[in-house]
Amino acid sequence: MNSKLVIINVVRWFILLLFQILLLRSMSFYNLANPFIYVLFLLLLPFSTPNLLLYLIAFITGLTIDAFYDTYGVHTAACVVLVFVRILFISVSVSRDNFDEPEPTLGNMGFKWFLLYASLCIFSHHIILFFLETFRLTEFNYTLVRSLLSSIFTLFIVLLIEFIFYNRKAR
Amino acid sequence: MRNLWIFLNRYNAFFFFIIFFTLGIVLTIKNNAYQRSVTLNSTNKVVGDAYTNLNVVKRYLNLSTVNDSLARENALLKTKVLALQNIDTAKDITLRDTSGVAQYTYLSARVVKNSIALRNNIITINRGSADGIAGGMPVISSGNGIVGYIRDVSEHFATIRSLLHKDTYISVNIKKNKAVGSLIWGDGNFDYRKAYIKDVPNHFKLSMGDTVITSNFSSFPAGIPVGKVSNTGIAKGDNFKLIEVVLFNDFSALQYVYVIKNKFAKEQQALEAKVPDEQ
Repeated sequence: MNSKLVIINVVRWFILLLFQILLLRSMSFYNLANPFIYVLFLLLLPFSTPNLLLYLIAFITGLTIDAFYDTYGVHTAACVVLVFVRILFISVSVSRDNFDEPEPTLGNMGFKWFLLYASLCIFSHHIILFFLETFRLTEFNYTLVRSLLSSIFTLFIVLLIEFIFYNRKAR
Repeated sequence: MRNLWIFLNRYNAFFFFIIFFTLGIVLTIKNNAYQRSVTLNSTNKVVGDAYTNLNVVKRYLNLSTVNDSLARENALLKTKVLALQNIDTAKDITLRDTSGVAQYTYLSARVVKNSIALRNNIITINRGSADGIAGGMPVISSGNGIVGYIRDVSEHFATIRSLLHKDTYISVNIKKNKAVGSLIWGDGNFDYRKAYIKDVPNHFKLSMGDTVITSNFSSFPAGIPVGKVSNTGIAKGDNFKLIEVVLFNDFSALQYVYVIKNKFAKEQQALEAKVPDEQ
């Protein structure tokens, strides 16, 4: 992995986490949809990252968010699930021979692929997150609605950010 | 052995997932347990300091509101002092000496971090064990109304399990007829301005606008105003009413809170611990 990618990802980690903690923590629609944009960092990690490193990064990112949200372990578990879904999806949909793109961004992979990738990862992350946060099944319907709406909200902002920094690689 | 290694390596994503996900779940369950020995939350020095420094601008912008609320509180207290001064003590037959038994002492604290948008909301304040704060102490807001209970304590910070949390139950009274119920938040209502009282027996007659206060059974001092009844008796189909309450306390604009130290808390707990578990 070259050093430029490492620096970009470190900077992205700090910016997205600050954005999440400072601004998005106090943002919600009628307590139904809370955005968790920091997952974009995990979505955009390079293809060449080894699996163990992916899990470690997800674990540490989750723990950091947990410390600031006072929800010890909830985000950690959700991030690990996201990475699992990410690895599965990439192994199914991207062939190993032509890894010419370094990162799974919208500009590199196209809108259709990215939309499916992001929505699958975000939904699995949010459903684990909200069910672990509620930690009881009596509010099942409410939690389900909440995780769905939050996923849509997060997906919307993720796509927005991706379109703002959209640059198709010159071939 | 070599085959096993190849097998593990081939499906390493799955095995790593199992390991890390189990770790995450264990942490979650530990955090949900009553006895927590976790320090990685906002009582942590780094996280607490980060929140303190990041809130400077917000604190500055809110100064005028805080000032107004303090002035109002001062006026209220002065009125009370005047009323006490005008008591004709000569007329009273017995005077109770209360100077030695100030059961409750208040400690003011600044809110460092607050949230209202989550299912379980935690507030962080800038006081900790160095100021004599311990877990379970009740917290009220500087204006009107209750906030929650102290959850975790570090040396200079403490977190409050806000009323807006799934595990918070506070015993309250309807002021008019002393009906006792427990105040909860959640279960379908996730508006930070409202809460529910459950377990009030059906035979109590209530009307809109009845004041709700803390009861004798909570660890709050009795009689602290909580809110006003806004919907009496949502039918649940059993012997108890579910009452909607509009809270006096505005959780979205919480700036200063009071932590209440109960001088006799330990004594009471020690006494109650002697009662054998009779259930």
